[in-house]
Amino acid sequence: MTLARLAPPLTIGILILPLVFGLVGTVLPAFGYLPALGGTTVTTTHFAELFAMPAIWRSAWLSLFVGLATTAISLGIVMLFVAGWSQTRVFQRVQHLLSPLLAIPHAAAAFGLAFLIAPSGYLIRLAAPVFGIDRPPDLLIINDPLGLTMMAGLIVKEIPFLFLVTLAALPQLPHRPTMQLTSAMGYGRVAGFAYALAPRVYRQIRFAVYAVIAYATSVVDVAIILGPNLPPTLPVRLLRWMNDPDLSVRFLASAGAVLQLSVTIAALALWWLLERFVAAVVTAACDGGLRFRRDRIVRILSLTATAIAGLLVFAGVALLALWSVSAFWQFPDLWPQALSLSTWQSALPRILDPLATTLLAGLASTLIALLLTIGCLEREIETGKTGGSRALLAIYMPLMVPQIAFVFGLQVLFVASGTDQRFAALVFVHLIFVLPYVFLSLSDPWRALDRRYDRVAAGLGRSRLVTLVSIRLPMLARAIATAAAVGFAVSVGQYLPTVLIGEGRLTTITTEAVALASGGNRRIIGVYAFLQTLLPFLAFAIASLVPALLFRGRRSMRV
Amino acid sequence: MGLKRILLAAAVGLSLSSSLHAADIDPKNWDAVLEDARGQTVYFNAWGGSENINAYLEWVSGEVNARFDIDVVHVKLDDTANAVARVVAERTAGRNEGGSVDLIWINGENFVAMKEQDLLFSPGWAQDLPNWQYVDFESQPSILTDFTVPTEGLQSPWGGAKLVFFYDDARTDAADLPQDAEGLLAWAKEHPGRFSYPAPPDFIGSSFLKQVLSELIDDREKLQQPVDPETFEADVAPLFAYLDELHSVAWRSAAAFPQNYPDMKQKLADGELDIIFAFNPAEASAAIAAGELPDTVRSFTFPEGTLGNTHFVAVPYNSSAAAGALVVADFLISPEAQLRKQDPAYWGDPTVLAMAKLSDADRAAFDALDLGVATLAPDELGPIIDEPHASWMERIEDEWRRRYIAGN
Repeated sequence: MTLARLAPPLTIGILILPLVFGLVGTVLPAFGYLPALGGTTVTTTHFAELFAMPAIWRSAWLSLFVGLATTAISLGIVMLFVAGWSQTRVFQRVQHLLSPLLAIPHAAAAFGLAFLIAPSGYLIRLAAPVFGIDRPPDLLIINDPLGLTMMAGLIVKEIPFLFLVTLAALPQLPHRPTMQLTSAMGYGRVAGFAYALAPRVYRQIRFAVYAVIAYATSVVDVAIILGPNLPPTLPVRLLRWMNDPDLSVRFLASAGAVLQLSVTIAALALWWLLERFVAAVVTAACDGGLRFRRDRIVRILSLTATAIAGLLVFAGVALLALWSVSAFWQFPDLWPQALSLSTWQSALPRILDPLATTLLAGLASTLIALLLTIGCLEREIETGKTGGSRALLAIYMPLMVPQIAFVFGLQVLFVASGTDQRFAALVFVHLIFVLPYVFLSLSDPWRALDRRYDRVAAGLGRSRLVTLVSIRLPMLARAIATAAAVGFAVSVGQYLPTVLIGEGRLTTITTEAVALASGGNRRIIGVYAFLQTLLPFLAFAIASLVPALLFRGRRSMRV
Repeated sequence: MGLKRILLAAAVGLSLSSSLHAADIDPKNWDAVLEDARGQTVYFNAWGGSENINAYLEWVSGEVNARFDIDVVHVKLDDTANAVARVVAERTAGRNEGGSVDLIWINGENFVAMKEQDLLFSPGWAQDLPNWQYVDFESQPSILTDFTVPTEGLQSPWGGAKLVFFYDDARTDAADLPQDAEGLLAWAKEHPGRFSYPAPPDFIGSSFLKQVLSELIDDREKLQQPVDPETFEADVAPLFAYLDELHSVAWRSAAAFPQNYPDMKQKLADGELDIIFAFNPAEASAAIAAGELPDTVRSFTFPEGTLGNTHFVAVPYNSSAAAGALVVADFLISPEAQLRKQDPAYWGDPTVLAMAKLSDADRAAFDALDLGVATLAPDELGPIIDEPHASWMERIEDEWRRRYIAGN
């Protein structure tokens, strides 16, 4: 198994090196160094120019606020819900409702939400006959200046993510005995969870929480669809500068990317303070002997919030699908005047190439990520050492640095290499983001599998490779298939890296969807967003079918 | 790959002459160009936000492949500036040959930016294309002067554009329709919340600002010159006084703006907006045909004139298929391609060809086009107001941002 020895350094390299090079390629122009545009001296004038931009601090503050509030609200809802309902039948139902939501790309969910809550959207259409509304009211719901709608769009997607991460962490803790103990001592469910389990759960999911902060402070697509206009959040302005026809604005864009990085770091620092504060409050409440025995209202509220988040996304996606097959559909009609497949018919021939690229890039990057992950985990078993929290940090690194701050630098690197291996480069840049998710979803089940199987095999004189192939892989087939589906879904959802490395010559369903979204045609958006949603769903469906097929003949492995 | 090597490559790229490739291809020797073009793949970077345009480009791709053995791949952009940025990134990295962009749909400030940075395939080639003989540069001056900057054959015309307004006849009384910018403001005051424009730097939104400025500025001749920083503030004062008044009665009280033209179109269909505007006179007819607008939508324009311009295709200096790109540019101005383009069943974009220069059969075909119920006939479109110098757009956009971006 010498190959497994190579896996950890390779994995770390793939996770960290592009980050370093990308950041250097962004930071140098921020300080004036970009020879092709005549920048050869180090200067801070571009930062002066940046800070002179109108309302720049408001944009930065908005990003910070949206990022922190989104994370705090999503995490709060998830924690209260898990505390109040885990190990109940309701909990299992909600789990089934939320799991598929993880696969829906953020942009698709945001479009769906917009179709629901806009003044001409479905909810007002439902209310129209009751209140006698015949024209959409002139209300500022979408693009509100505080970014509340944008936060809602992010929260409905972060709740499933944090929920599933928490779900993965729970089995590693003495969950049931602890809850029995606290309730025997007279604590309410929520208080018992908060005092006895939450600190340990949080330690396990904290990097995922940091990834949410980084994502929410730097998100572009959701901010364009739902975010404020005057001024927009910082990443949206950044992208405009990166695309400005006046090329000298590139320096400003780089300086802005550095500011974006600072905003994300500031958000993480504030979050760290918030962690301390919440810990102090919980400790004080615990020391004060507060048992919160009657927590019914909190429980019901947390359930309601979680269910509404799930339903909003589902209803939004259903609306997207309906728009994609609708002919003329006027306000306040609840149903289009006619259904028509013409949008699908005209779009289909143009979908095939991007679809092929999406599938191939997704499969290739997922396969490589699986091989590397299995190599790393094998190496762990051989050496008996896990990388500890430092390795975990490395795995989360590409998720905790704003994409927009380093992919531009990566593009320069790719172009400078003069290679024409564009597809390989695309797979590689997808791999940077697929790898962490595959590793995170496979590592727990891998480590949890009873080591004695390996020892028995070794005792029977089988090599590591034979043990791996004939024992570990089959027993972990379900976990591997799920990890692959997660990786594939992540690859499908990549926008910025695909645009910058694919350079328009390689397009995926997601880049096509965002390009077409600029045209604002709801029917076309419906087609692409529906496909964007469908692909990950198919991946998860296959992931749940494959083990069932494999194990038809093995009774105790059957699902 | 070390950082040093990247910077070195960038430095080398800068020192290379940008006209390295141009010498290889001579558009005057068209047979040689056709020969070079055979088997090439042309990456055509064009806005991809409109399905009928995408379908038209697909037809172009099929035709060019059958006739000239050239593959055309439509790279769908959400903003033309992305393609410009890509050419810059390539020069940054020293890729002065084999660039990834072969043909760009372009005009106005993007063209000026590329021209000033020497990023275009040169010297001028557009007037050497065989089909140039049909082009109507005499009566469409914007074919030779794009936003007051001479095109010098660095880009080939593709279509015309004229600012027109749309309304729904079932909701809005045609007798009340405004006749000029002042009238539009008065109309908006009577119908609060039912008019808006896309926020600059959206192309259509900026054009609306230029329309208002052209009407209100004390001397319209000033707009044909670069901005005079001395008088700029006074020159644009009437424009911003107008906008201040308009914003107080605009859709969402101007705390939010439509994203772009298609967004306004959707809002007209939803009944959120009552008057919208576009740069393509046939847009409304095309949208009715596609089921996006009700068939009661009609067009109008200002009798004193609205902005008009031309859009073009250009070839970057480092194109990997310059010969193929020229052949495609030539096909785009062939009578056949222009006829299909003006047909609202496919696109409905006004032609750049002169009817008088066409053969009788081609002219008859153009005459026979059904432009649709919501499209004004060419003689109803009203006078053309010339685009201001590109520096005006830049300064107005900056000023707009300075005043309004912080919200209230």
